[in-house]
Amino acid sequence: MKSFSEVKEILLSTFGEEVILGEGANSTPKSLLVKADQIDLVCKELLQNPGTYFDLLSCLTGLDNGPEKDTMEVIYNLYSIPFDISLMLKVEVPRKDPHVPSVSHIWSTANWHEREAFDLLGIHFTGHPDLRRILMPADWEGHPLQKDYTEPERYRGMETVRNEEE
Amino acid sequence: MQQNGQSNNAGVIVSKLEDLTNWARLSSIWPMGFGLACCAIEMMGSMASGYDLDRFGVVPRASPRLSDVMIVAGTVTYKMADRVRRLYEQMAEPRYVISMGSCANCGGPYWEHGYHVVKGVDKIIPVDVYVPGCPPRPEALIGGIIKLREKIDGESLIAPKGLINAMKQNA
Repeated sequence: MKSFSEVKEILLSTFGEEVILGEGANSTPKSLLVKADQIDLVCKELLQNPGTYFDLLSCLTGLDNGPEKDTMEVIYNLYSIPFDISLMLKVEVPRKDPHVPSVSHIWSTANWHEREAFDLLGIHFTGHPDLRRILMPADWEGHPLQKDYTEPERYRGMETVRNEEE
Repeated sequence: MQQNGQSNNAGVIVSKLEDLTNWARLSSIWPMGFGLACCAIEMMGSMASGYDLDRFGVVPRASPRLSDVMIVAGTVTYKMADRVRRLYEQMAEPRYVISMGSCANCGGPYWEHGYHVVKGVDKIIPVDVYVPGCPPRPEALIGGIIKLREKIDGESLIAPKGLINAMKQNA
């Protein structure tokens, strides 16, 4: 069975030193912080390399670190069914106009997950075939899970707050 | 319904038209067959054999045009709000609305930080009976239906109270 360090070694030998920006040894599974503009190439290699074969994208999720840190993250949870190994990949992008390459052509699972991250956090996935809102109504303004999001007072004539005296 | 007079064995009942109409309406409250969240599970439980809402003449219908009451059972999201309003508008008068559970009553657990939930279905359609609970047990929903029956029983064909109140407010 492949270990975390062996998987990391495969990435380093394929893409060079600069692709891995950090390492999270305390996370479960252990995580690698990957350069954002190369995440699609890294994912493709991890899927196609016969030594890793990460054929399942268990989850893809977005995260807003808030205006103070001024970053957003996208987190990929990979699993290799034949080798029974898990791996977490993270990318970090600036909060203003965040762009991450799409991995939906590598795992179809990513299609809806990326739409969710776009809908709730406003992260743009370049190369996504159909980047529309998936949960909120199409004419909704703003991305609700951003830390500095303020709810509109009205939506289509409906008040969005309920006052105590009602 | 009050039975005002009855001849002994002739099989004739004398009643007021109003009482007869109200009795007919309250004995066949047909709800629209739709649910929005976990409250719908309790609503289905109330309609199934254990609680058997059929004994009150409550039989779910497949179309808003056949229905008398809309049981809003669950969380109304902004995305669903337009659909709920449209379904209500398709129902024929007289029509009633039962708001079932905390979410439909006031937004429930989403009342403060839920960016996606309408803070009470009464923001979009008029509600006749509120059933509290999260979710309400079938007994509570049956209680709500009995309340609605009482409300229908007090209605008048000649001078509808709602209309009179609306005219008073505008005067």
